[in-house]
Amino acid sequence: MKTATEGSQAIAQAVTMCRPQVVAAYPITPQTHIVERIAKLVADGQAACEMVSVESEFSAASVVLGAAAAGSRAYTATASQGVLLMSEVLYNIAGLRLPLVLTCANRAVGAPINIWNDHQDSMAVRDAGWVQIYCTDNQDAVDTTIQAFRVAERLELPVMVCVDGFILTHLFEAIDLPTQAEVDGFLPPYRFSRALDPASPRTLGTLVTPAYFAETRHALDAAHGRALGEIAGAADAWSAISGRESAGPLRVVGDEQARIGVLTLGSVFGTLLEARDEMPELGPLRLMALRVFRPFPVEALKAACAGLSDLVVLERALSPGGGAIVGTEVRAALSEMATPPRVHAFAAGLGGRDIPLSLLPRLVAAAGAETPTRFAIIDVDLDKLAPEDR
Amino acid sequence: MPTATPTATELRRHQPRFVGLDSGHRACQGCGEALAARLVTEAIGPDAIIANATGCLEVFTTPWPNSAWRLPWIHSVFENVAAVAAGVEAALKVQGRATKVVAFAGDGGTFDIGFQALSGMIERGHDVLYVCFDNEAYMNTGIQRSSSTPHAASTTTSPVGRMREGKRHLKKDVLAIVAAHHLPYAATATVAYPRDLEAKVRRAVTTEGPTFLQVHSPCPLGWGHDGALTIAVARLAVETGFFPVIEIERGRVTAVLPIREKKPVVDYFRLQTRFRHLLGDDPQAVEERAHLQALADHNIETYGLMAAHSSPRDTVGLATVHRGGTGGGIA
Repeated sequence: MKTATEGSQAIAQAVTMCRPQVVAAYPITPQTHIVERIAKLVADGQAACEMVSVESEFSAASVVLGAAAAGSRAYTATASQGVLLMSEVLYNIAGLRLPLVLTCANRAVGAPINIWNDHQDSMAVRDAGWVQIYCTDNQDAVDTTIQAFRVAERLELPVMVCVDGFILTHLFEAIDLPTQAEVDGFLPPYRFSRALDPASPRTLGTLVTPAYFAETRHALDAAHGRALGEIAGAADAWSAISGRESAGPLRVVGDEQARIGVLTLGSVFGTLLEARDEMPELGPLRLMALRVFRPFPVEALKAACAGLSDLVVLERALSPGGGAIVGTEVRAALSEMATPPRVHAFAAGLGGRDIPLSLLPRLVAAAGAETPTRFAIIDVDLDKLAPEDR
Repeated sequence: MPTATPTATELRRHQPRFVGLDSGHRACQGCGEALAARLVTEAIGPDAIIANATGCLEVFTTPWPNSAWRLPWIHSVFENVAAVAAGVEAALKVQGRATKVVAFAGDGGTFDIGFQALSGMIERGHDVLYVCFDNEAYMNTGIQRSSSTPHAASTTTSPVGRMREGKRHLKKDVLAIVAAHHLPYAATATVAYPRDLEAKVRRAVTTEGPTFLQVHSPCPLGWGHDGALTIAVARLAVETGFFPVIEIERGRVTAVLPIREKKPVVDYFRLQTRFRHLLGDDPQAVEERAHLQALADHNIETYGLMAAHSSPRDTVGLATVHRGGTGGGIA
């Protein structure tokens, strides 16, 4: 049954239905409502887990690392500066191949300090070895959170569920929360194959010399290679229980005959869908949400782009001096096609700037440009800058 | 051939002994930390999980695919061992397991980079024994000064030169800071007094809540002493008052290891090249010697370290070896 629920509350409910045994977190806007809700559920006896309110995000990541290694299902959530403070531990968790789930309430990274949404935080740990899934709405966030535990535990890989800060975390939506029985039927109890146990003492996190290091990195990359299959399997299995559509690595909506496509990540997908419906005069369009960014779904992307002449990539982060992050990866992946579409790469919505419906016709217009845009930030008002910064 | 009725010595010799840290690891000869870690794990026993910070101990015990550990052991990064141990403890609590959780770190991982996580772990009351193997510098990276390095000691980042007499700052009193958390039990110990160390470990792991041990562990390479003199050096640190051996319960000092025969600090310095520059007659050396002697005297006065009378539990008594069956001992 659908109920009007705040995104953070729904995510917190979904997390506790997955029966984590240890939750550790440090408060940071806009993640706070998630961990506050979990703390309240624990306080009310509705969630039987150890809630560890730590003194930093660095320790939050470290506590869940220790808990997972000791054989307990564990969860944390953070955003922005918290992701960066965690980053050393995030790499370590993936390197140790520990199954953990983290919600990233996506927020800009300072300086200048800014509490609003973009994707710079999770993009900064793109290469940490975590699976990254970007949710398009709060129903997606609930369903993905539940699936994330199964994916993480089957692959022994950590999963970061990325949810747009404020835009989703603080939004009330009609959300269908599953029953506890449905989640229990989907997610078996946690069992970690290399759990720390005096009965069978293992050494985890050893010193690895050049003679073995490349192999450890290969194993991590290979696990990501298997992740797309696990993610699809989890989505199908959850779809059979929830009755909702199985979400693939790439959500594609629109016309098969379309020549122009727009690819984005996160909640802006909903904005684009609505704009398309409002403006039929734009003609046939193919809209895509890249849900799974790590592992990067090259084959699904190529298939989704078949027949396109132009693809606009719209993202909420950038690599200063390098330009587009997702756009560059999309361009590289599509170069394997016999006749790849031209890729036009843009950043928008930085630091929470609104992305209006009126952006879509401008993106469609950009797709018709004589020379594709390698990278540009949309709507930069140079008059707001000192002359030397323009 | 065993005799029909074994003597007490033979019985003791054949008693199975738990070994947590096995031989064959790659520590330097005379490594105080390796000895301390072996003694600590023996006293803890087999039902424990160890979290280990980055440092010598991690490096010399776990070169993949080998491991010297006979206990479940995890290393994550340098500055988070207290939080990792807290996570292990939280997991065991939910699972209803009584397995002990122990964190191992050096002074760098404790006094400096890992201090925030340690403070958080103690404040939250995790049932973890945190052991700091204090060798007074970053030895794993090549003897750089830490906030535990004693005043005037020479390290590669506090070198002696025309303008400097080694480290300019004082050794951080980490035990006092830890004690300010009013945790149930905190103590210093040293490899020079292994029975005292083991007794403190046993006491700590049977105490509910966070406990802390700072174990003075000489580093022959970093301190510049003969590897055969590790125990002698460690003992002089105590007998001079340079390293007070004390116990603190809920923030109050409750016991000390009394010094029966006080030694001058230069006796300690003479064995170590890190203090070599303090032994000359130049005015700076004379001044620093006096300063360091005053610091040691201050420790003795603050903690009441001088023994009022001889006892089997003072610096001489505890170092007396009682061999089974002989009925006597040698100092």
